[in-house]
Amino acid sequence: MDALMLTIIATSIPLLLAATGELITEKSGVLNLGVEGMMLSGAVGALGAVLWLENPYFGIIAGGLCGVLMASIFSIFTINFMTNQVATGLGLTIFATGLTGLAGAPLVGKTVPSLPKIEIFLLSDIPFIGEILFKQDFIAYLSVAIIILITYFLKYSKSGIVLRAVGDDHQSAHSVGYPVKKIRWYAACFGGMCAGIGGAYIPLVLTPHWSEGMTAGRGWIALALVVFASWIPWRIIVGALIFGGITIAQLVGQARGWPIPSQILSMMPYLATIVALTMISGRISKSNSVVPASLGKPFFDTQ
Amino acid sequence: MLKFCMRIFSLFALSASVLFFMFNSAFAGNPTKVGFVYLTTPGDHGWTYAHELGKQMVEKRFGSDVKVSVVENVPEGPDATRVIRELAKQGNEIIFTTSFGYMEPTLKVAKEFPNVKFEHITGYKRSKNVATGNIRFYEGRYIQGVVAGLMTKTNKIGYIGAYPIAEVIMGINSFAQGLRSVNKDASISVIWANTWYDPVKEADAAKVHIAEGADILAQHTDSPAMLQIAEKKGALGFGQSTDMSAFAPKAQLFASINNWGPYYIRKIEELKTGKWNTGDGPDHWAGNDWGGIKAEMLLISKFQNMPDSVAKKAQEALDGIKSGKINIFAGPLVDNTGKEIIPAGKSLDDGALWGMNYYLKGVNGKVPG
Repeated sequence: MDALMLTIIATSIPLLLAATGELITEKSGVLNLGVEGMMLSGAVGALGAVLWLENPYFGIIAGGLCGVLMASIFSIFTINFMTNQVATGLGLTIFATGLTGLAGAPLVGKTVPSLPKIEIFLLSDIPFIGEILFKQDFIAYLSVAIIILITYFLKYSKSGIVLRAVGDDHQSAHSVGYPVKKIRWYAACFGGMCAGIGGAYIPLVLTPHWSEGMTAGRGWIALALVVFASWIPWRIIVGALIFGGITIAQLVGQARGWPIPSQILSMMPYLATIVALTMISGRISKSNSVVPASLGKPFFDTQ
Repeated sequence: MLKFCMRIFSLFALSASVLFFMFNSAFAGNPTKVGFVYLTTPGDHGWTYAHELGKQMVEKRFGSDVKVSVVENVPEGPDATRVIRELAKQGNEIIFTTSFGYMEPTLKVAKEFPNVKFEHITGYKRSKNVATGNIRFYEGRYIQGVVAGLMTKTNKIGYIGAYPIAEVIMGINSFAQGLRSVNKDASISVIWANTWYDPVKEADAAKVHIAEGADILAQHTDSPAMLQIAEKKGALGFGQSTDMSAFAPKAQLFASINNWGPYYIRKIEELKTGKWNTGDGPDHWAGNDWGGIKAEMLLISKFQNMPDSVAKKAQEALDGIKSGKINIFAGPLVDNTGKEIIPAGKSLDDGALWGMNYYLKGVNGKVPG
C-alpha cells in the first residue's frame, strides 16, 4: 500500500506543478496551451544540466529556466503582438516537440542519478504517513510550498488581487493604471517555470533518461486539471492525486485482474473534468464566475 | 523591413531547394534506390533503432550500389500515406515501411505504383507488390520465461504489454510456456499500457508490478523505463528490441535483439537479381519471411546477472529453439480457463498464432476486449 501511495504521488507531481503554473497564467487572463511543450523543454533542459554539471539540483533550476524561456516566446507573441492565444499555444507545443527532439538527440541513451529523497527529521519515522509525506524529494516539497504560497498570494496579497483583476477585466485594470502587459508577462513566465520544473521531474525522478516526447500528453492533462480545479489552487492537489490515483488504479486493476476494462478507468479523469465544467457553468448564473472573464482575450492598450 | 527580409529569405529557401532536387536527380541513376519509413527518430534503443542498425548493414553491404533515403518520425495514418507516396515518386525501387500501423497506407500507395516493391514490417496483408516481413519475437520470450522461472523468488512475474493484439499475446503465451517448463508455481500478471511508448506510464506499470510482489519484469513496450525502475527497486527484467544494459546494468538478465539487416539485404538482393517476390503461397505465413533465432533475425544478448546454472539452462533453451528440438506451442496446450486448445501430438501452426486471443495456463486474468 505504501509503495502504491508513493507511486501515485510521484505520478501526480508533474501534473500538480504544471497545473499550478497554468492556473496563475490563466488567472491573469492568458490561456497558454503550450504546457506540454514547456514541460518537454523543462525535461530536456534538466537532463542536459545534470549531465553537464553533475548535480541534480541544477536540473531543477535548468528545467525552470527552459520553461520560462518557452513561456517568453509565447508571451512575446500573444502579449506584445496580440496574436491568438490558442493558436500560439498549440504552435508552442508543436515547436517545442521538434526543438526538444533536436536538442535532446545527444542526450539519448544517457542516464543520470535521480533526485535524492530528503527525510525530515523525526517526522519521517512516523509509520505509514512518515514514509509517504516526509520522505520525498525536493521538488515534491517545493510543489506543495508553491500551492500554499499562491493560495495566500491570490487571496490576501494586493498583487494577487491585481493579478485577478487583470484576468477578469483588463480594460478596467488598465484604466486604473495597472500595467496589464507586464503583469501578464510575469504570470506567463511563472507558469512556464512551474511547467518546466514539472517536466524536469520526469527525467530527474520518474524515468532518468531522455527520449523524444517523453511527457506523452501530461501537459494536456494539466490543462484539464486547471479546469477541474475550477481555478482554485488547493483543488489542484486533490485533482492531481485523483488523476494520478486513477492512472495507477487502472494499472493495479489489471495486475490484480479486476473485471473493469482499463479503458473505462483511463476515461475517468476526463469525465470528471467535463462534470466539473458543467458544474461551473451551472453556477455562473448564481454567483460570479470562477472563470477569469478575460481569459484568452488579447489586450490592446490603445483602446 | 521585416517583410522584405522574409521575402528575400523565402526566395533563398526556394532556390536552394530547387537546386537541391536538381542535383539530387542528376546523380541518381545506377544505384538501387531504397526507402525506409521510421515511426520515430532512431535514438539509440528500441524498435526504430533496431531498424536503423539494419539500414546501416544494408549500406555497409552494398556501399555505393544502393542509395538509401530515410524518413523519420512518421505518424501512422494519413501522414504515412503521403510520406510513402513521396518516397515512391522520388524513384525508390523498394520501400520498407517499418511499423504495423503503416499497413493500410502501404497497400494504398502500392496500388498507385505497381512497379515499386514494398516491404511492410509486421503486417499481415499483402498484394502483388507488397511483401511482409516479421521476426519471431516470441522465441526470445520463451527463453525469457525459462530464465524468469528459475530466477523468481516470489513466483510472480510482471508483464507490461502495449496493446492486446496477437503479436503481443503470442509473446505472453510463449513466455508462459517457457516459465512453466521450469516452474509450475509461477504465474504472469499482465498490465496493458495501451501505448507502445510512454516512459512514465511504463515506469508506473513497473512500480505497480513490483508493489504487487513481482520480482521479474518483462515488457512489450518500447522505452527502457521499466528496466530503470527494476534497477532502482532491485528487481530483474529483460531488454526490448535492443540491448538495454546501459540503462540497467544490474537488472537486465538479457535482451532479445531484433536483427533486420540480413532480411533487408536478402530482399534487396532479390530485387537486384529480379527474383523479388512476396513469398505468397498456399501457406499464408510462408516461413522464410518470418524468421526467428534460427534465421538470426532474432539475436539473444549476453546472459548476465544470473548464476551460471541458470545461464546454462537459458543456453539450452536457445539451442533447442535453434535446432528445432523445442517446439514452443506443441500440444497438449490448455488455456488459463482449462479449455483445451490443442491435444498432445499436434502443435499450433503460424496461422493459429496470429489468431491468438486467449492466455495459456500460467497467465492470470483474461485478454481484454
